[in-house]
Amino acid sequence: MRFIPNTDQDRKEILEFLGIKSIKELFKNIPEELLLKKNLKIPKGFSEIELVREMRFLSEKNADLEHYSCFLGAGAYHHFIPAIIPHLMGRSEFYTSYTPYQPEASQGLLQTIYEFQTLICELTGMDVANASMYDGASALAEAMIMAFHITGRKEVIISRTIHPEYREVVKTYAQAKNLKIIEIEYENGITSLEELKRKVSDKTAAVLIQNPNFFGSLEDIKEIERIAHKNKSLFIVAIVEPTSLGLLKPPGELGADIVVGEGQSFGNPISFGGPYLGFMATKDKYMRKLPGRLVGATKDSKGRRGYILTLQAREQHIRREKATSNICTNEALCALAATIYLVSLGKEGLRRVAELSLQKAHYAFEKIKEIDEFEAAFASPFYNEFIVECRDAQGVNRVLLKEKIIGPLELEKYYPELKNHLLFCATEMNSKEEIDGLVNILRKIK
Amino acid sequence: MKLIFEKSKPGRMGISLPDCDVPEKKIEELIPKNSLRSKLNLPEVSEVEVVRHYTKLSTQNYGVDTGFYPLGSCTMKYNPKVNEEIAKFPGFKSSHPLQDEGLSQGALELMYHLEKILSEITGMDGFTLQPAAGAQGELTGLMMVKACFEQKREKRTKIIVSDSSHGTNPASASLCGYESITIKSNERGTVDLEGLKRALNEDVACIILTNPNTLGLFEEEILEITAIAHKKGALVYCDGANMNAFLGIARPGDMGFDIIHLNLHKTFSTPHGGGGPGSGPVGVKKSLVPFLPKPTIKREKDKYSLDYDKPLSIGKIKAFYGNFGVMVKAYAYLRALGPEGLRGVAENAVLNANYLMKKLKSYYYLPFDRTCMHEFVLSGKKQLEKGVHTNDIAKRLLDYGFHAPTVYFPLIVSEAIMVEPTETEPKEILDEFASAMIEIAQEAKENPEIVKTAPHPTTEGGRTPVGRLDAVAAARKPNLRWKKLDKREI
Repeated sequence: MRFIPNTDQDRKEILEFLGIKSIKELFKNIPEELLLKKNLKIPKGFSEIELVREMRFLSEKNADLEHYSCFLGAGAYHHFIPAIIPHLMGRSEFYTSYTPYQPEASQGLLQTIYEFQTLICELTGMDVANASMYDGASALAEAMIMAFHITGRKEVIISRTIHPEYREVVKTYAQAKNLKIIEIEYENGITSLEELKRKVSDKTAAVLIQNPNFFGSLEDIKEIERIAHKNKSLFIVAIVEPTSLGLLKPPGELGADIVVGEGQSFGNPISFGGPYLGFMATKDKYMRKLPGRLVGATKDSKGRRGYILTLQAREQHIRREKATSNICTNEALCALAATIYLVSLGKEGLRRVAELSLQKAHYAFEKIKEIDEFEAAFASPFYNEFIVECRDAQGVNRVLLKEKIIGPLELEKYYPELKNHLLFCATEMNSKEEIDGLVNILRKIK
Repeated sequence: MKLIFEKSKPGRMGISLPDCDVPEKKIEELIPKNSLRSKLNLPEVSEVEVVRHYTKLSTQNYGVDTGFYPLGSCTMKYNPKVNEEIAKFPGFKSSHPLQDEGLSQGALELMYHLEKILSEITGMDGFTLQPAAGAQGELTGLMMVKACFEQKREKRTKIIVSDSSHGTNPASASLCGYESITIKSNERGTVDLEGLKRALNEDVACIILTNPNTLGLFEEEILEITAIAHKKGALVYCDGANMNAFLGIARPGDMGFDIIHLNLHKTFSTPHGGGGPGSGPVGVKKSLVPFLPKPTIKREKDKYSLDYDKPLSIGKIKAFYGNFGVMVKAYAYLRALGPEGLRGVAENAVLNANYLMKKLKSYYYLPFDRTCMHEFVLSGKKQLEKGVHTNDIAKRLLDYGFHAPTVYFPLIVSEAIMVEPTETEPKEILDEFASAMIEIAQEAKENPEIVKTAPHPTTEGGRTPVGRLDAVAAARKPNLRWKKLDKREI
């Protein structure tokens, strides 16, 4: 076995040292009736050659965005990943390490997490950010629970313009914690302010919105913030397409109490839905209510700067049932990719990625809505995703697939009332030629 | 070492982006002016500076590829390189989670077979791959427990955990609105059957046990435990963090466990990434299958699809389908090993642990002196007599070039030192580690100062970039971000 260095001779020596005859004796504490008498019924082992062949064969049964054009986003975005990211992520000192429990032997990773926390604070306009969460959806659910811990209130208001999968995750967590979820409808592609005003009350722990929302539209954050805070509810903003923060005002400047989001767009491959990384940031006054790992700067005995996991009294391994969350392992390596991405792009680069995504999406939108069969669904301003209505959404995607284009999301899957509505996405990866090609195909669909 | 922000210089950039090839509109025409940000203080550094910065940082980090990493309960085994390469195949790395199912047959097939293999290994009837880590797996498992009793209209409010359990167990119970009851271990380090019987009644929804437990001991009375739990109508959950101990030897399903989570980033060799991404699949017995998170993967002839039609499902606990990239690596590992390989993993992991335990037990106090499974727990209490704490021993090990074991856990052993060598270490490394531990025990007697002041940084002939860091100061006055970034326009 190539991953087990012990030879028969090694095993013999160890058994002799232990004073036993066979490895079997080491399992004597397991009741005889539980010991398996036969091999497990799983496929026999492969050599590396066979393994690579088999796995390549399996991988090639999937379509991939290196061979298809993509106008699909909806929570998983196709952005450019500079070569230095996979290259640096391949440093095995990073990826083969555990959570940095021994800080002096983990300064590399701890410093990158401290840098990540700083970057997330800057992007979101918040005071403090944690080391990462599982993904955007579970980060939103944890933010809801944090709001419950802070306010003691048991109702949560959630806009229907939040990513449907995020809403499902929030509902699952709410059910476990016995919290009540109230959904708010949308009007013209954004959260209905009228309905929100009616439903927020002194029982509301938090108001949850997404910006840009699932339809790509920009919410009226300032007004929602006013409604939430008037009732002393917390205001939670989810950012699912974080490149938008290259252009958009940070939620912290608009009064958000907790900002969560999905960091996949920052240098992480789309990878059939994971691993991604959630991020979570809040105000200083709620710092001790944050779930997850936090890295702080400190000094050694000679005054040298170093980094360490801190404020652990919030966490499960110390606090057990009274912890702010049960989270332990998070997504450190994905956060490292995001960190390298953000510092490589810098202020100009991130703004540029956002501008390119914005311009290309608007170009595609203008061209598509010129076609008779396609109509803009909403009039709200949007970032890089937009909705058009057509005659036969499934038919559109069937045609696009034949041309090796992964087409827009058919919204009916999540919103039954939006039959034949398509959610398109564009990023810096979509060239003009590609968009023109898409429009030409759409034009021919009757 | 400087932060990347301290290396910033206006005008530098680490990436080149194309010009905009579509007709550009003024940003203000597309986005209302009051929604636009006024400043973005990200650092400005060139590509080569970024590469040097993070390469240098990587050299200040200890991983399994650097050396022995005996962190108990974490199963820090070697991460096969071929799996990293496989996960980068375009069909795995670059497929969109919402693309048509017909375009994702390879991914669905892989997940379907991974579920089947994990079911066979654990003796369970169904699996979900959605949880992102062990703790989320626990939460998922307990959500299913809750849903199951709600469906039966039984009101049960309590969860029993052992005093040697992982902190995530009671924390997950709280997230599900359950009250945790902690039962004491007996003098053999395992569950006290009488104590368990006393705690067990019709209010108890579930007992969470780690097996082998966090002392590295097999719960010998596991069949009695699960039988009495079931008699009271309670379910039994297996924290599968320690599954490495009996892969192919015995199965939690056969022991009477109803639910188990696995940590693919422990037992199944996927790298831990410095704190994730992990993956925490959950397996259940037949009666709980309807409650699994949705979607599940369905196979009809040779066509795979996602099945959302699950009326009793607890719902989703993560967007999309879980940490797919991690699943790819675990699946590749399982296919490389096969049944004999898996059994070899457990045999050698247990052999190595017993070898190290015997080598160390005359130098460090061993509270439970009996055959261990894949790990064992020592106590530093002999060394404490000279004022040397377990934390000092851990730090001194860094000077010797080893990562430290898990310390101060489980909570029931004072000054605990929890050692898990794994099967991927050669005997020579175990010998070197034992020698280091023995020398440190000697130092603790003769020269305790050198242990108490460890680790010694490179400037003092040691191996770490800094000396022992002040954890108390860090928590008292938290500095969680680089503040100067706010003040200057970079």
